[in-house]
Amino acid sequence: MNKKVIIYLLGWILNIEAVFMLLPCVVAVIYKESAGFWFLAVMAVCGGIGFAFTHKKPDNMVFFAKEGFVSVALSWIVLSFFGAMPFFLSGEIPVFTDAMFEIISGFTTTGSSILIDVEALSHCMLIWRSFTHWIGGMGVLVFILSILPLAGGYNMYIMKAESPGPSVGKLVPKVRSTAKILYGIYFSMTVVQIILLLLGGMNLFDSMAITFGTAGTGGFGIKNDSMAFYDSYYLQGVVTVFMILFGINFNVYYLFLIKRPKEALKSEEARTYLAIIAVSILLITLNIRGGFKSLFDAFHHAAFQVGSIITTTGYSTVNFDLWPEFSKSILVLLMFIGACAGSTGGGMKVSRVIIMMKTVKKELSSLVHPRSVKVLKLEQKPIEHQVLRSVNTFIGAYIVIFSLSVLIVSLDNFDFVTHFTAVAATFNNIGPGLGGAGPATNFSAFSHLSKWVMMFDMLAGRLEIFPMLLLFTPSTWRRH
Amino acid sequence: MKIIIVGCGKVGTTLAEQLNNENHDITIIDKNGDALNSITERIDVMGVVGNGAVYKVQMEAGIEDTDLLIATTNSDELNMLCCLIAKKAGNCHTIARIRNPEYNSEIGYIRDELGLSMAINPEMAAAMEISRLLRFPSAIKIDTFAKGRIEILKFIVPENSILHTMKVREVLHKLHCNVLICAIERGQDVIIPGGNAEMRSGDKISFIAPTAECNKFFKQAGIEHNVIETAMFVGGGRITYYVAKLLENTKIQVKIIEQNLERCNELSELLPNAMIIHGDGSDQELLLQEGIHQTEAFASLTGFDEENIMLSLYAASISRAKLITKVNKIAFEDVINSMNLGSVIYPKMITADSILQYVRAMQNSMGSNVETLYKIVANRVEALEFKVANEPAIVGIPLEKMKLKDNLLVAYINRKGHFISPRGKDTLEPGDRVIIVTTITGLNDLKDILK
Repeated sequence: MNKKVIIYLLGWILNIEAVFMLLPCVVAVIYKESAGFWFLAVMAVCGGIGFAFTHKKPDNMVFFAKEGFVSVALSWIVLSFFGAMPFFLSGEIPVFTDAMFEIISGFTTTGSSILIDVEALSHCMLIWRSFTHWIGGMGVLVFILSILPLAGGYNMYIMKAESPGPSVGKLVPKVRSTAKILYGIYFSMTVVQIILLLLGGMNLFDSMAITFGTAGTGGFGIKNDSMAFYDSYYLQGVVTVFMILFGINFNVYYLFLIKRPKEALKSEEARTYLAIIAVSILLITLNIRGGFKSLFDAFHHAAFQVGSIITTTGYSTVNFDLWPEFSKSILVLLMFIGACAGSTGGGMKVSRVIIMMKTVKKELSSLVHPRSVKVLKLEQKPIEHQVLRSVNTFIGAYIVIFSLSVLIVSLDNFDFVTHFTAVAATFNNIGPGLGGAGPATNFSAFSHLSKWVMMFDMLAGRLEIFPMLLLFTPSTWRRH
Repeated sequence: MKIIIVGCGKVGTTLAEQLNNENHDITIIDKNGDALNSITERIDVMGVVGNGAVYKVQMEAGIEDTDLLIATTNSDELNMLCCLIAKKAGNCHTIARIRNPEYNSEIGYIRDELGLSMAINPEMAAAMEISRLLRFPSAIKIDTFAKGRIEILKFIVPENSILHTMKVREVLHKLHCNVLICAIERGQDVIIPGGNAEMRSGDKISFIAPTAECNKFFKQAGIEHNVIETAMFVGGGRITYYVAKLLENTKIQVKIIEQNLERCNELSELLPNAMIIHGDGSDQELLLQEGIHQTEAFASLTGFDEENIMLSLYAASISRAKLITKVNKIAFEDVINSMNLGSVIYPKMITADSILQYVRAMQNSMGSNVETLYKIVANRVEALEFKVANEPAIVGIPLEKMKLKDNLLVAYINRKGHFISPRGKDTLEPGDRVIIVTTITGLNDLKDILK
């Protein structure tokens, strides 16, 4: 294991975090809030340690899959630790576990909160909380890749470990240019959404915070009743559309950018994803129409909730915990499916679900015709054996971690729906679950142990399980 | 530049690695997804799975805005087809690996008809390298440029040489050798000599000359008289055939030991001047019988790396011959280099290097009137190729009357395929191709050679 490179990368993470903290500082200056000093203090510490780690480039930059996974996992932990410091030191979230929970929920774009009264936080804390969604959505290391010239092809290992989806494809030959394009698309879409929200009459602070939450598919609200506060079809509609857009594989946007719209429209994953959304909205609208003043109103809220859950954002305009069981079951299913690979969303990813379904279909047909030969295809291309294997392993590991987490969390002795959906909501990076973890309540009631388990779940869910597991595998740290 | 490489064998991989280090955007096409995966993990390149000769696959790899496609699969025909389609689809430069001797004999025609920028034959490239080593054993380094047409030789002026304190202009009439001294390296300095520059012993001198003149010059200059006149090759493969063919018009006597009788007959038909011995090259008695003691050069060119290494070690132990060892597999390079194997030839490396040199030349000449640009003499001297336009300041004026910049030399004129070693009375004519050797960087036009 090349520890020097890992430390060097961690140093860069701290440098970048210090730079990101400029935003809450500026907000603190505008709103004249003294809490901004804590950001300055943490920035100084991050910058100091970062400088110490990065002022000399290690001679040996050799880097393999193991180092990639470990540095990604460690980076997210380091990032979260320093990110939580302003909350904790300023006393706005006085308990360390709670501060860590809140920031991990932010960086992993989960959006589960332990805050009972969100509106009590100062503006700089609120914007930092939402900004972490934006940072975590596309990945910090991908951001570093786009600005830091790492010699050699080693950076592919990092991209693989941090990007969601069963297989990572580059858009252009160089990882660095790929990362730049991804961030370019991400940044422009963010700016467009902010402008659209401003046009709808939302103030700049709110529209920025809401947009960060949408872009990263995070879902931290800045009001106690999340998006229900903005009682406007336009504002909620814009957020609905952008949540769904940020859940689409970014490769599709790149194909539009290089003027190959035909291929973009053919994307099997994006089509399936949109089809799932359409069907879910239709079913829920029919199921809940009685409780709303008009069919359009029911459609509007169904669309918002579906978009919010499938992209694993977690905003809400109504308390869907009060909806009929059928609608709630659909939402729980959507929690597991998640968004497209290569987007900012979480969950199992639509492409994995497609591959899984196709494997089942193939298995069925091979039972009927034992000697039949059939190559599985995704996006008109044969799926490589390695991808199939990794999807199966992923689902296996997913189920194991999920079950163990539910088991530990049930020590808190709430009802089953609360335990199950709390873990589902954190592991899939959604935010609100149902019951005691529903959109109208928060996670403050859970014990410290449950919170740490859910923190692990959030990180494992965001980094697609294996980097976090590798961190706790003894052989990773052995010399041989 | 944007470059597509078809085929990720050893040559393709080496190229991808080197070109990626030089900051080009590389996309590799290969049928084998696993092989591609292992490369894209290691090197920062993009992989596309598929047949490189398929238009759709090339489009997916982005042929439309690609500058160069290099086809290095195992099949000549596939390589040619890849290049042909790339040329039509992307109008880019193309390089193909074509190794079948039947195609090789008409390579000029194929190159023109398919619009190839370069056709490379790995065995031929290796053979050329070997023949250079045999023809100029005294040279410490041989650079080639202008697409391999010109060789530039470097040697060290020995103690007590007649060249010591001789001026460059005196070489022609004192030694009666028509050589052109291009560069003198003295300690850390590199000089492009004018007529009055003086040579001293210990200098490293680079020069251009026709083959026959070279050895005469070496002899006159007092360099140890070790011209090779007899060479023994073990293994009668394609490389051996090409080397023997290249050496046909020289004084070097070639002896080839080959196991397969049929191949022996074939070789003897193809190479009337060479002596073909039918027998096992690893048979010590046969080697002794055929005079391994006395031979001046010994090359082991069989298809087995291990056998080649053993043969060369054996030859080193009993003779003072110049050794050449062919090694196919590029692994454990350091170990191999530490053994006493003489010059080790890696055909795949040579192929990759020649392509690399072409790509560099292509990149260097982009956006200027330079046709090709090579860095020679440890990258400190540039050799630029220009086509002479009808420019009154240059055309028709004898070189001695032109006011040329310092540290600059007109090294070579190619007039309709004829080699002219330029002297003071020579002039440049429209349509000529000239090679300028200089330490000045950034020449963009032939006019720039004037003060």
